[in-house]
Amino acid sequence: MSNKQQPAWTPADLARFREVQQLAYRCAQAVAAGLEPGTTERQATQRMRQWLEANGADDWFHVPFAWFGDRTVFHRFRTPLQFFPTDRRLEEGMPFILDCAPVADGYTADIGYADSLGGNRVQAQILDDLQEYRQLILEQVRERRPLDQIYRAVDALVARHGYDNRHRVYPGRVLAHQVTRLRTRGPRTVVAGFGARSLQTLGRELVAERIQHRSPLWADGRSSAHAPTPGLWAVEPHLGCRGVGAKFEELLVVTEDDAYWLDEDLPHVNRWKEQAA
Amino acid sequence: MSSHHRGPVLDEGRSSFVTAPDGVRLAVREWGDPDSAAPAVVLVHGYPDTHAVWRPIAGLLAANRRVVAYDVRGAGASDAPRRIGAYTLAALEADLGAVLDAVSPDRPVHLVGHDWGSIQSWEAVTGSALADRIASFTSVSGPCLDHAAHWFRAKARQPRPRGLAQLAGQGLRSWYIGYFQLPLLPPLLWRTGLAKAWPALQHAIEGVPRGSSAPTLPADAVRGLALYRANMLPRIARPRQRPTAIPVQVVLPQRDLYVSPALAGQAPQPWAPRLWRRPLRSGHWAPLTHDGVLARWIEEFAAHIDGAPAAPGLERAQVRPPGQGEASPFAGRLAVVTGAGSGIGRATALAFAEGGASVVAADLDAAAAARTAHLASLFGAPAHPYTVDVSDAAAMEAFAKAVQSEHGTPDIVVNNAGIGMGGAFLDTSTADWEAVLGVNLMGVVHGCRLFGAQMKERGEGGHIVNIASAAAFTPSRTLPAYATTKAAVLMLSECLRAELAGEGIGVSAVCPGFVNTGIARATRYVGVSGEEQEQLRGNADRLYRLRNVGPDRIAAAVLRAVEENRAVVPVAAEARIGSALRRLSPGTLRLIARRDLTPRSSSRRTR
Repeated sequence: MSNKQQPAWTPADLARFREVQQLAYRCAQAVAAGLEPGTTERQATQRMRQWLEANGADDWFHVPFAWFGDRTVFHRFRTPLQFFPTDRRLEEGMPFILDCAPVADGYTADIGYADSLGGNRVQAQILDDLQEYRQLILEQVRERRPLDQIYRAVDALVARHGYDNRHRVYPGRVLAHQVTRLRTRGPRTVVAGFGARSLQTLGRELVAERIQHRSPLWADGRSSAHAPTPGLWAVEPHLGCRGVGAKFEELLVVTEDDAYWLDEDLPHVNRWKEQAA
Repeated sequence: MSSHHRGPVLDEGRSSFVTAPDGVRLAVREWGDPDSAAPAVVLVHGYPDTHAVWRPIAGLLAANRRVVAYDVRGAGASDAPRRIGAYTLAALEADLGAVLDAVSPDRPVHLVGHDWGSIQSWEAVTGSALADRIASFTSVSGPCLDHAAHWFRAKARQPRPRGLAQLAGQGLRSWYIGYFQLPLLPPLLWRTGLAKAWPALQHAIEGVPRGSSAPTLPADAVRGLALYRANMLPRIARPRQRPTAIPVQVVLPQRDLYVSPALAGQAPQPWAPRLWRRPLRSGHWAPLTHDGVLARWIEEFAAHIDGAPAAPGLERAQVRPPGQGEASPFAGRLAVVTGAGSGIGRATALAFAEGGASVVAADLDAAAAARTAHLASLFGAPAHPYTVDVSDAAAMEAFAKAVQSEHGTPDIVVNNAGIGMGGAFLDTSTADWEAVLGVNLMGVVHGCRLFGAQMKERGEGGHIVNIASAAAFTPSRTLPAYATTKAAVLMLSECLRAELAGEGIGVSAVCPGFVNTGIARATRYVGVSGEEQEQLRGNADRLYRLRNVGPDRIAAAVLRAVEENRAVVPVAAEARIGSALRRLSPGTLRLIARRDLTPRSSSRRTR
């Protein structure tokens, strides 16, 4: 690292981001462990909220989400309102995804945790294959390929695997979005599921980046036809196979000439390590 | 409909009488080798039939084992007690016991029941008196009344749209049960002409061959009403817990006017852990209309329970421990998909797998086929990859043979493999034509010819889906070769649909618009340089991405085409608009056809 340009973030800042990300994954794991047949999406998101508020989160990038069953692939989602939790009940063998984005002292995390109640073979296969996406994205960002081309490379891998790209259902079709430290003041309220201060920051970023013909949102359109912007990116490849979906979401540190995942000690990464061992 | 007495010419069998515990004499018929080593089959008829309903099937089964049928009390040559109380399920079970004592005192038999014969056989199968005398039970159109009552209650207790629809479906089919409880009217109607009209009605509604009904029909129909009056209300009002350990094969006639496949298929599930379900494209009187298929299924099941390995179709029909939610719509079916290594083919194979079907995934690319089969197998049912070039007649022949010998005749075949070709007609060489015709048309021809013949021979119906294209009905100077092959596929499908309708085999043509798959990146453009080729592919790919129609939508249309037996299914707006314009304003289509739609323009100009 020494001979490379430093990211905009100091090591101390990155340590704080890592802590919040760990907190968010611990929350997802704790809530996932308590899920049982009959638990609803609303109950799951409530538990995530309470757990995070009790453990140091003081604001939201977005409120926690939980998707059960075929909602893990956003089946028949037409409006963003459908991302919000429903009374869908968890059943044995059902896949689920927990997605939360807490903020602590301005440091933001955004994570996605996929698992199933009692095992789901299709989801297990997707979770295995997600490893390749993590490698592919890192390699191509290191090569500083334009973001829209990396997006297409991800799509090509999705097609080869026989999956469906589900991150294109997210607002803006995003594979990833930039994350930064919130420095705005103002009320810690939630607007349309996003923290008001996060929206403010995101809006400012959108304008600032637009001036440089870049976007804080990483999709396959023209606005992503630029080399990776230095900073922190929450990368969230989300794959589906029929009614079964899985994703991970974690922070990628992009510097002027390199990139690395902020943390290698995350549930999905540890799962792959265990399998390899 | 498909089989008309393929069996040997039937003799009347050996005739004898058995006396029931309450003194009622039952007329018994027997066919086949009395010293056969294989356990006997005992056939129990329904209402208003006699043992005669089994004659075609008995003749076929008699080749392998001893076959016994008897006239139920009140019917045919058996005695007919006057009291309604003499027709309870307990009395009927005792009758079966008496027959078993006479024909197979030492060995369990394979029991088969149709209609009321199945209802009363369930009584023996779920009871204790005869359970160890019955090796297996094949039920056709007659549920256990206790199971049915529990099924009704469960559906009503947890009202879900699908469950309520099934409940309503069965309710509509059960009108006559209430009617049969009425005094005077039902017997009067039978006596005043219905009995005379019955054979013609059965022939018109169900396709039952003429001359199938017994001469005793008028009397049988009137006395048999006692079956309903003695048993329906008590069993439905106070259902008992009736589990069984006996292996049960439930045949589900899909067009049964009296027993819905939903009821007959689902009701036994909580009670019979060893359960096989076999949907049959027939009406209620399957023993008379589908004797060949039914006899084969009875023999397959009996042979398997006797110790032989299960036939592939039977193996798939076994109900596995309840997985996720409702019964899978394609459970037990075998679906063959060509071009299953990517795009629409892969999506279709996975959709069938999710629906519970076993899948044969065929592709030119062995690795891609293997990947599809692997993903499909994760949904539970087995899946098998095959490598085949659909344009190669000999290879397709070998493929169809291999599928049949290894997995049985497919129930569904999706001829999907296709290639794209763009560019002017005058630039298209003979070799180009041979390539695109070979895959897009002859590939479909081979698939239809080989698997269609297998389906027809098997006689259980089936479905063939050919993937055509919106290009089949929208002329274009841009895609002359491709559109020609797809138009041919559409016409082939329509003709074949007419030819196979009588066999219970549906044929559908699915016509997608612009679907975001690998075909845009693989389309060959004739009359352009290699460099331009790449650019055109890139441009086409970009347009297809913008259109954003995923292969899953086509897969859903394929499944719908099979479930609803649709003839032509355009998918996506451009396909539906094209289909409408072809009828309403072909001139408009011809104008559009003149425009060169090759995605030649640079990406900037497409905006």
